[in-house]
Amino acid sequence: MNYFNDLILILDSTVRLAVPLILACLAGLYSERAGIVDIGLEGKLLGSAFGAAAVAAVTGSPWLGLFAGIGVALAMSGIHGLASINLKGNQTISGVALNFLAAGLTTFLGQSWFHRGGMTPQLNNDQRFNPIVLPFAPELAGVPILGPIYSELISGHNILAYAAFVAVPITAFVLFQTRFGLRLRAVGENPKALDTAGISVTLLRYQALIITAVLVGIGGTYLSIAQSAGFNNNMSAGRGYIALAALIFAKWKPWPALLVCLLFGFLDALQFRLQGIRFPVIGEVPVQAIQVLPYVLTIILLAGFIGRAVAPKASGIPYTKER
Amino acid sequence: MSVRTPLPRWVDVALLPALNVILAFLIGGLIVLAVGQNPLQAVGIMIGGAFGYGLGFGYTLYYTTDFIFAGLAVSLAYHAGMFNIGPEGQAYVGGLGVILVALALNGLHWSLMFPLMIVAGALFGAFWAFIPGVLQAKRGSHIVITTILFNFIAVSLMSYIITRILKPEGVQSDESAPIDAISRIPRLGEFIGLFGRSPVNLTFILAILALGFVYWLVWHSKFGYAMRALGHNPTATRYAGISSSRMIMITMALAGALAAMVAVNNVGSVQGRLILNFVNGAGFVGVAVAFMGKAHPIGVALSALLFGALYQGGQELAFSMPGITKEMIVTIQALVILFTGAMGDMLRIPLERLFARGATESGT
Amino acid sequence: MTTVNTPSQGLETASASTPAIELRGINKHFGPVHANRDIDLVIRRGTVHGIVGENGAGKSTLMSILYGFYTADSGDIFVNGTKQNITDSRHALALGIGMVHQHFMLVENFTVLENIVLGAEDSAFLRPTLAKARAQLKQLATDYGLEVSPDAIIEDLSVGQQQRVEILKALYRGADILILDEPTGVLTPAEADHLFRILRTLRDEGKTVILITHKLREIMAITDEVSVMRQGAMVKTLETSKTSPTELAEAMVGRRVLLRVEKGPASPGKVMLEVKNLVVADDFGIPRVKDVSFSVRAGEIVGIAGVSGNGQSELLESITGMRDQTAGTVFLNGQPLSLDGDDGAARARAAGLAHVPEDRIRMGLITAFEEWENTILGYQDSYGSGPGLSIAKAKATAKEYIAKFDIRPSNPELKTANFSGGNQQKIVLAREMERDPDVLVIGQPTRGVDIGAIEFIHNEIIKMRDEGKAILLVSVELDEIRSLSDRIIVIFDGQIVGEADPATADEGALGLLMAGVTEQGHSPGPGTLPDHVTPIERNLTEMSPKDNSARDVSP
Repeated sequence: MNYFNDLILILDSTVRLAVPLILACLAGLYSERAGIVDIGLEGKLLGSAFGAAAVAAVTGSPWLGLFAGIGVALAMSGIHGLASINLKGNQTISGVALNFLAAGLTTFLGQSWFHRGGMTPQLNNDQRFNPIVLPFAPELAGVPILGPIYSELISGHNILAYAAFVAVPITAFVLFQTRFGLRLRAVGENPKALDTAGISVTLLRYQALIITAVLVGIGGTYLSIAQSAGFNNNMSAGRGYIALAALIFAKWKPWPALLVCLLFGFLDALQFRLQGIRFPVIGEVPVQAIQVLPYVLTIILLAGFIGRAVAPKASGIPYTKER
Repeated sequence: MSVRTPLPRWVDVALLPALNVILAFLIGGLIVLAVGQNPLQAVGIMIGGAFGYGLGFGYTLYYTTDFIFAGLAVSLAYHAGMFNIGPEGQAYVGGLGVILVALALNGLHWSLMFPLMIVAGALFGAFWAFIPGVLQAKRGSHIVITTILFNFIAVSLMSYIITRILKPEGVQSDESAPIDAISRIPRLGEFIGLFGRSPVNLTFILAILALGFVYWLVWHSKFGYAMRALGHNPTATRYAGISSSRMIMITMALAGALAAMVAVNNVGSVQGRLILNFVNGAGFVGVAVAFMGKAHPIGVALSALLFGALYQGGQELAFSMPGITKEMIVTIQALVILFTGAMGDMLRIPLERLFARGATESGT
Repeated sequence: MTTVNTPSQGLETASASTPAIELRGINKHFGPVHANRDIDLVIRRGTVHGIVGENGAGKSTLMSILYGFYTADSGDIFVNGTKQNITDSRHALALGIGMVHQHFMLVENFTVLENIVLGAEDSAFLRPTLAKARAQLKQLATDYGLEVSPDAIIEDLSVGQQQRVEILKALYRGADILILDEPTGVLTPAEADHLFRILRTLRDEGKTVILITHKLREIMAITDEVSVMRQGAMVKTLETSKTSPTELAEAMVGRRVLLRVEKGPASPGKVMLEVKNLVVADDFGIPRVKDVSFSVRAGEIVGIAGVSGNGQSELLESITGMRDQTAGTVFLNGQPLSLDGDDGAARARAAGLAHVPEDRIRMGLITAFEEWENTILGYQDSYGSGPGLSIAKAKATAKEYIAKFDIRPSNPELKTANFSGGNQQKIVLAREMERDPDVLVIGQPTRGVDIGAIEFIHNEIIKMRDEGKAILLVSVELDEIRSLSDRIIVIFDGQIVGEADPATADEGALGLLMAGVTEQGHSPGPGTLPDHVTPIERNLTEMSPKDNSARDVSP
């Protein structure tokens, strides 16, 4: 029973840690499916975390914070779109620049506005997204096995976390069951096929970037005003890159993306649990070995040793109409 | 199908990049203005802090040393058509080579240790860049993604090695045992009084030599010729009988070796030990330096100096103007990458129009 | 849309005699190139109308104007008797004009059904659209014999099937007039026959088909009328049943003044270049050179004639080490050449083989380099002894070549992109010729080169021959092949279909060979008809000797 409770606790933190990954990963999915590489996810995550925390701290409303988070991500997507769609610049460089921009500006503005070494003021519970207790969760907690699963694992997350999980089936539906999804997938594979059919490649790519911004904006908001009670310097801590790795690992598909993000979240949760624990034979597992797993797995996948990760064909290539 | 007239060479090489940099700084100035600070006053303090007195100038040159190496690591790969975002990790792993040889031969006079540290660091850094090179050349894994991932892997690997293996008993902070004073690369201040106790050391001379070496390699060697051919036109490279897979692997290894010199500067001299996360973003500054310097050693030198001054001046600024933190420098760095890299052609078409009009007017 | 559309049923306003398409005075320039000049063309409804011409004759440009890809500089387009200003492909589609591009516009990892509805979806959700499309597809399949599994993924389909998807795409969008741009270039002969059956059915069901091709065999086999284009102009329009391949070939090529090349008789020496059973695949793994064997002797020029796209490019690239060989061996001076790996070209050069590539911009030059840097491309290792590059030596060589080949402007430090096509070609030629190679392989020596430079280049090639070099020449310009070569090999569909003596061979006969029409008894070996001979080919084979018999006597 003890092990079971441990497991529930680990899985619970898996879910919490996976939420920003899922949101960022799905965000990347829309943009990369449309043919735009988004190295800047990390920066967008960080920027929107700051925007959300700053506005929530000033206005006291988590919802306005969410709007601000999304707004920051939209602005950054706008720059990315201008550089990579209109100016046909290098998408990777643009993404790298956005990451630095977020890293620099969040701390700089944070310090200028709040004078707390770049952090935003500590938020109270009214200014944050709080856990939602699902119906009957406390009552059912005592039921063996299913009780803890329901009350601990499924219940008790905030609305943004639930939004992340709802976003997966919606993305799968949009991608594979709608006209927009069909065109989105097409524009990332062969933009010329769409252009000859008289559909604007530019417009479609901007639409994808907007969805990317909304999702990653929610993800950043989750980091600062749902999971934490304020913004910290560099609080995205590489999650945008992990999400990118997860996207590659999931081969740009929504359901596998969910699974991979949960796996990466689980590794993250495990790393905290295993600290200082000695196992027979192997001894203590270094945290770094677990930290590094997502990256190593992605490299192995990229090298084609376990299956092949084939990116959308047109991703990274600006579309130029031949005239 | 209007025929576009190419820009004059000086516009292409000098004016356009300069305008892009100016644009980046203007926007940076606007941001400073937006938070209610005086950008001109800030610039004044930064210039004073970076160049105004010997110690400050020494710090500027110390930062410049790091940025030259990181910038060259990005530039070199860029000439072969690759975007190396990995100098951060390559420098970090290079630090392992430096500390291993230094601790193994601790007490050896620095004049012998210096070259040994260069070689050991270069080998480790080269190895860390060589793997993404092999993956690109043999398996087609995109170098941008793999170098990013290798930065993260380096962080975990080095943190394990430093905290679990190199950290001596009884030491609180996460760092290796120190290198004996006699084995450490001496500060320039020991020879030139002007620099005082500032960290700039003989590695700075190495950086100047590296600039010359890269210039020779890229434009005056057979290897550089092949490298540039690959960067411009892979099909013509195959036509010329140049093996692109070999070029990719060797170029990446060389880039990694250059990045590792950041470790020689810090581990071998300034800090005299291997400290957790000692690279501290210098590798990433290299990306901005390379783009701003158009991947040319002279450009790299100038932009590394600019960023060195920004970093040093930024430290001063944080003291004098509490409203501005040194992160403003990271913002400037981002704007420079954005305007000289991703949006580098934004002003090209207006300029082309301007010059085309000028040409027709003067022609008639 | 899917039901039978006879001409009279399908159009209420236009009478049956109104042409489906009428073009008047179409002009189109690309920079200095006059791609279409004063084109008039009438395409009757319910016919298959062929448009033939050599590469670069302006066929594709004309059709792209009709499909709204380009806008004409001047001229009028009438569709079903009404003047139209076609601004984009959507507009063309709305007018009932569909196009099957030479390079398919398909999303490779999509299903057939998804590709067909892409851009023509009825609603925001796919399910109803796909269901409707599935039903229509079934109908189209029965109407026109266009059978493709709707759920197949495009990349799993053969090229022929992919083309059917392209046709279905056009028909699904209600196309009445279907333009096919070089549709058989990527097809096997069997697939091509299948396509012709489909086109015939389409015509019989009332559609108008425009077929762009440079293959006379196809024109004779399938079209009702044929228009010939040459150098951007419309030469004539003929009824197919009243013309002959020979007449068309002459109209296509034109009676151009042969460029005079002063050359004495060849005195061939020993075999320098020998190719044995070479098989080469293109980038997509499709075999383009199929078991080719030939040899070139010292002191002779062997020309390879053929319509472009019949394996010449792959042949040249594999001999020179730029492309991997599937099978076969290349011998240089009796020694087998090892060309594996991505540095095979270096070994070919070291063995004495020089290469002037077909596409100088893409392969032979690095346009971002300064002129002198391109002077040493491929030979860079011989400039300077150590790892250093001897720039002084390279620049001296560049100056020498500039003087000798009259390359203008005579500035070795100028960026190569700023040289004209002719001068760029001279840079390549000088580099490859002046190193005293044993074998020189030249592709398209005068493509995009002005008249003055052509003569110079031709004379240089002859000079090389007279110095005892073995020269292999590939050109799409038949004139060039005839005036330079000592022997002509004709290539078709990756195989050598015949050999001719330029002194006696006449243009018509060569044209027929190039078009894949083999003369009986003339070219043995691989030149005999392939297994998949169609009735059309047989017909043509029967008529060709008759056509030629009269010409053979003429000098």
